[in-house]
Amino acid sequence: MDLISNLALGFSTAASPENLFFCLIGVLLGTLIGVLPGIGATATIAMLLPITFQLEPVSSLIMLAGIYYGAQYGGSTTAILINMPGESSSAVTAIDGYQMARKGRAGAALSIAALGSFFAGTVSTFLVAVFAIPLTAVALEFGAAEYFSLMVVGLVSSIALAHGSIVKALAMVALGLLLGLVGTDIYTGTPRFTLGIREYADGLNFVAVAVGVFGIAEILRNLEGEKTRTVLMAKVSGLWPTKDDFKRMVGPVLRGTAIGSALGILPGGGAILAAFASYTVEKRVSDHPEEFGHGAIAGVAGPESANNAGAQTSFIPLLTLGIPANPVMALMVGAMIIQGIVPGPNVATEQPTLFWGIIASMWIGNLMLVVLNLPLIGLWVKLLTVPYYVLFPIIMAFCSIGVYSVNSNVFDLYAVAMFGLGGYLLVKLRCEPAPLLLGFVLGPLLEENLRRAMILSRGDPTTFFTRPISAVLLAIALAVLLVVFLPSVKAKREQVFQEED
Amino acid sequence: MKQFEFDSTNAICGLTFIALGGFFVYQCLNLELGTAFRMGPGYFPLVLASILTVLGVVVLVQATRVKGEPMGPLALRGMLFILPAPVFFGLTVRGLGFVPSLFFTALIAAFASSRMTPLMALLLAIAITVFSVAVFSYALGLPFERFGPWTRL
Repeated sequence: MDLISNLALGFSTAASPENLFFCLIGVLLGTLIGVLPGIGATATIAMLLPITFQLEPVSSLIMLAGIYYGAQYGGSTTAILINMPGESSSAVTAIDGYQMARKGRAGAALSIAALGSFFAGTVSTFLVAVFAIPLTAVALEFGAAEYFSLMVVGLVSSIALAHGSIVKALAMVALGLLLGLVGTDIYTGTPRFTLGIREYADGLNFVAVAVGVFGIAEILRNLEGEKTRTVLMAKVSGLWPTKDDFKRMVGPVLRGTAIGSALGILPGGGAILAAFASYTVEKRVSDHPEEFGHGAIAGVAGPESANNAGAQTSFIPLLTLGIPANPVMALMVGAMIIQGIVPGPNVATEQPTLFWGIIASMWIGNLMLVVLNLPLIGLWVKLLTVPYYVLFPIIMAFCSIGVYSVNSNVFDLYAVAMFGLGGYLLVKLRCEPAPLLLGFVLGPLLEENLRRAMILSRGDPTTFFTRPISAVLLAIALAVLLVVFLPSVKAKREQVFQEED
Repeated sequence: MKQFEFDSTNAICGLTFIALGGFFVYQCLNLELGTAFRMGPGYFPLVLASILTVLGVVVLVQATRVKGEPMGPLALRGMLFILPAPVFFGLTVRGLGFVPSLFFTALIAAFASSRMTPLMALLLAIAITVFSVAVFSYALGLPFERFGPWTRL
């Protein structure tokens, strides 16, 4: 069996003492920052990204993946304990999780979230392993036109999931794509939009843009109304769920895992959508729908499983096609490129240790989260009381070191300040930064494939519609765009995001 | 006749998009456009920049229809101290060296909060510097000069 030998290779890579260590560090750092309110998974990874560049490619990606689900886990912890979701995908968890905590069942809620996540993580890691190779085979059939269309699907889906105005999200994608094009044109060598600054000839540094737009902008927003954080901390006791709890979480966990795994694969979708879908389903199938909103166990177990499964399977488009499904995956693409790995279907065949090592490390990381974090919950709770004004000078110092250490280019540091200011102003203008970052990463790829497709078709733009795979992908993109503009869906979408806030 | 009202946030947002789009369009004019068959360096960016400008106009028009919430206060003090921190680091890391440059960077950033006292900021900056030098310079072995040429008289 190929699958088993591949997984064995993966586990032997991921279980090397060095990689285990970096996986552990990643998971701990991720949880640590994920717990601190106001900083979500994307900002966390953006800020910690530079730290990993000194490592081997495998270790660095394992650590980043660890940060990703660590942060997600940390986000659920704050959602349950202080009704403050560390990130949007755990917003649903806050609804019932916090109610459970207020009823003195914080410990049980945390364990249910952790166990549900672990189960979902195990299943979806296996799914990633099963589907990765066949999908890679499909991906090798892809030509320039198909890649172009696929990226269009990804960008359109990121618009559908952005908060607020769709027109603004579209504009953010366009701006992101333009910023991605800054630098030397690959075909002619002409410098573009560099304002005559030679240091920007290789393009704007991805890390600088990500740290600025997500990290610095977030710090500035938190500094806006400095209020004393009232930590209405529920006492954490009775960590282990009762037999009855277990009985009631089995169904939601299974359904959540299925929903999450399916939605996670969609480009642009992933964890947030999965959590909302699961909550809706649980509410509908429950025998006691009136319990929802008042501490229903299914309302914690389902969405938590779903968002973890979705987080895991969103690696599938990244690993097989090299297309990031969400901003976090966009950061992973950036990390891979800086490590000299071109993400795409060739990774599995050319770098099997890397490919399977990452997949295996996902499961190991999830295991670590359960084993380590349940006993450590007391520590995370204490962390919530660290005042914010102590945190951000630390964050600023690490950002500066990190960004500089990537290329030793001081202009990257100026770019951080510039994009921090820009990102903050855009947030103030109620624009979502996520589509911008996705556009920034995809910009050069999109242009390259567009130009190549046009050359291959001798300037005939119908090539995108006459090639079947490309046509289907564009049809999907169009369908998504039409759906988000439908008045009924638009209203529903606004309602969903309102709840989340 | 009701009073002419508009959503100031969206109006600024629309104008920003138009300005950015216009800037990129202007820059594209100096680039070779090429044809759809063989696109030059300016073709795709020009299309994008035009889309951005048009979307800016749409947002601006929408701003006159609906009234939204105001933008809220800007974190002026935050911007005043947070944004110069990485710039200062960039300007001095080669000259002053890693240790002093990082110390001042952390110190500048610390004053972004109105709750920070000078003593606290000083202690925090020292702690950050000691920790970072130990981790990044000694443990990870990043090739930074700890004290640069400006510190040697």
